[in-house]
Amino acid sequence: MKRIILSMSLVAATLAAESLTVISWGGDYGKAQMKHAITPFMAKTGTKVLFDDYKGGTAEIKAQVDSKNVKWDVVDIEYIDLEKACSENMLERLDTSFLPKGQDGTSANKDFYPAALASECAIGNIYWSTVYAYSKAHIGANKPSSIQDFFDIKKFPGKRAMRKRAQINLEWALIADGVAKSKVYEVLETEAGQKRAFKKLDTIKKNIIWFDSWSQAPQLLNDGSAIMAQSANGRMTEFEIVWDAQAFDLDGWAIVKGSKNLKLAKEFIAFATSTKALAGMQDVNYGPTRASSSALIPKEKRNKLPSAHLDEGFKVNGIFWSDYATELNEKYNSWLLK
Amino acid sequence: MNNNKNFFKAQERLAKIKAFLLVTPLLLFVLVFFVTPILLILVKAVYNPKVNSLIPQTVVVIKQYDYKNVFPKEEVIKVFLTELQVLAKNRSSGILAEELNRQVSGFGSTIKKTARKIKKEDINAITNYKEYLLSITKKWNNPNFWIAIQRSYSSFTFSNVLAAVDLKYDMEGNIVQKEESQRIYFPILVKTLYMAFLITFFTIILAYPTAYFLSTLPKSKANLLMIFVLLPFWTSLLVRIVSWITLLQEYGVVNELLLYLNIIEQPLDIVFNQFATVITMTHILLPFMVLPLYASMRAMDITYVKASASLGANPFLTFIKIYFPLTLSGLSAGAVLVFIISIGYYITPALIGGVDGQMISNLVEFHMRTSNNWELASAIGGILLFITLALYAIYNRLVGVNNMKLG
Repeated sequence: MKRIILSMSLVAATLAAESLTVISWGGDYGKAQMKHAITPFMAKTGTKVLFDDYKGGTAEIKAQVDSKNVKWDVVDIEYIDLEKACSENMLERLDTSFLPKGQDGTSANKDFYPAALASECAIGNIYWSTVYAYSKAHIGANKPSSIQDFFDIKKFPGKRAMRKRAQINLEWALIADGVAKSKVYEVLETEAGQKRAFKKLDTIKKNIIWFDSWSQAPQLLNDGSAIMAQSANGRMTEFEIVWDAQAFDLDGWAIVKGSKNLKLAKEFIAFATSTKALAGMQDVNYGPTRASSSALIPKEKRNKLPSAHLDEGFKVNGIFWSDYATELNEKYNSWLLK
Repeated sequence: MNNNKNFFKAQERLAKIKAFLLVTPLLLFVLVFFVTPILLILVKAVYNPKVNSLIPQTVVVIKQYDYKNVFPKEEVIKVFLTELQVLAKNRSSGILAEELNRQVSGFGSTIKKTARKIKKEDINAITNYKEYLLSITKKWNNPNFWIAIQRSYSSFTFSNVLAAVDLKYDMEGNIVQKEESQRIYFPILVKTLYMAFLITFFTIILAYPTAYFLSTLPKSKANLLMIFVLLPFWTSLLVRIVSWITLLQEYGVVNELLLYLNIIEQPLDIVFNQFATVITMTHILLPFMVLPLYASMRAMDITYVKASASLGANPFLTFIKIYFPLTLSGLSAGAVLVFIISIGYYITPALIGGVDGQMISNLVEFHMRTSNNWELASAIGGILLFITLALYAIYNRLVGVNNMKLG
């Protein structure tokens, strides 16, 4: 009897040790990660990876950490949320020593772009941006080309789809209202700036369809429920992207604080941020965070990556959102319910 | 003789104990899984020791603070900065920021900014603490911040309960209304009651004739038709909600039909709003109204109605004077049931309510899952519980619970 129990617990232990829960964003991006990171990792190590989606934000991570019931190991986190999660002790600290060299032999510290290693809680895995796009089938003769057009319901009557949160939406409102792209966060820090942003959003409030998950955006464009939709550039490959006021940001792999599979999680991150895996994200038009991966991207593809349109957009400020996410989302929710 | 009496008494007691033992599992179940969680939630609504456990010394030394001076004494600020530095170093200043931001909007970013700066600072080397804070951000020039810290000394607070109905303490400690732009919970509470009223009203309108029709049929036929009432009841809630979305969406069945018949030119906005919530919930809750009504109509002695008619009353008068009063027990049971279920309903408004169809339970969910503000969620829940009990008491006063017939 004892032996049975012992062997059963051994089986259970090995099962538990060999499975890793990785959380990302699904959709085409999820497929690309599946192809270039998850599947090869499982094949190489024999680990079972549970690959699931989340809708962003820090609430779910915080709930797991606070209740000491950590179910997620590795999370693909947006840098707009990263600083908040990191400073509030929701993520494990990572150094860079476990990262593999680039394909060309360059050390990881030199191969990665500095921004991708700037946080102590995540390893950057893509450059991406929040943009808006429209479908040729539904837009009509007039084509939008700027963020002002997104906020102009006279010129472009119809619904706009936006993600239900304060982030990016407030920045866009200010830029559309005439604030310089470089001054956005400075203005948004002030009470007057926040009022101004909400006032601008008020002008299109009745025309907004709110969604919770990026994956809903292409769907809304496809069936014509919305004429323009905000989303990650990688989800809009089949539509016309407007790059004006693109919010340029990184995603990174992070480990949830208290993960029971710390070692395996690091192994996964090392694998998923190798030169080849990162270059694979060009499938969905996301830029790699390693110089050695950039070298693998064909010239004609580079134009479709967010990095080709840097002048038109602005860089998302994670520190600002670390400080302001709570109170601005609270204000945003009050505004939404009014 | 006496022995016999005692014997019977003992037997009776034994029977009572046996009966009690039989209900003990249920009693325990109710106690552990129903009463206790509710009590815990009610306690959570008024008990919040987070701030004073994070900065225990500050809340003690700030006791003498007078808001007219805006800033507390230098040594108080020093104690505060020292404790904040510790929090910043072990990365828990974010919890303090979040807690305090719930007391005063805008305090969160101020704390986080200050914590980031103070992390690497030598506190003893700072000459003027007040100036130091102001050099980080001018927002420190706000006595409400310090009042919030001062009030955190006590773990018991009614501020969450007040916040749940858009009230707050002012600087003097009086209860006042929140600023206009921040009043959201009370209007939604009123809206929830209004929608529950509408839903109850519509279910009565639909259920009364249906139940009457069923009650006039022979039992075998009535039972068959009753399946149509119960069928949606047995269908998954999600399926029913999704089918309503299919019906009501922009190019859904209803809009396509109306467009085809040239009744409208533009598709109507009838999904993801209050309208859709009311119509879907009316459908979902309809059986709760039909069943008690049907039961009371079935149980009715129809000779009263016949007597009234033979004594010369017209059908209308017969209905008002005889028939309707006899169905009142079923009607009130159905109405109370539908109303109370409605005010706590969550899933339908969440899926089909869009923004303006959200009810108070959706805000509870939001604070439980998204903003992690369990204290406020508990306070809202407590108020909802209070409203339910109050309604029940009123109902008991007017109709009497004993007269309630559920079928």
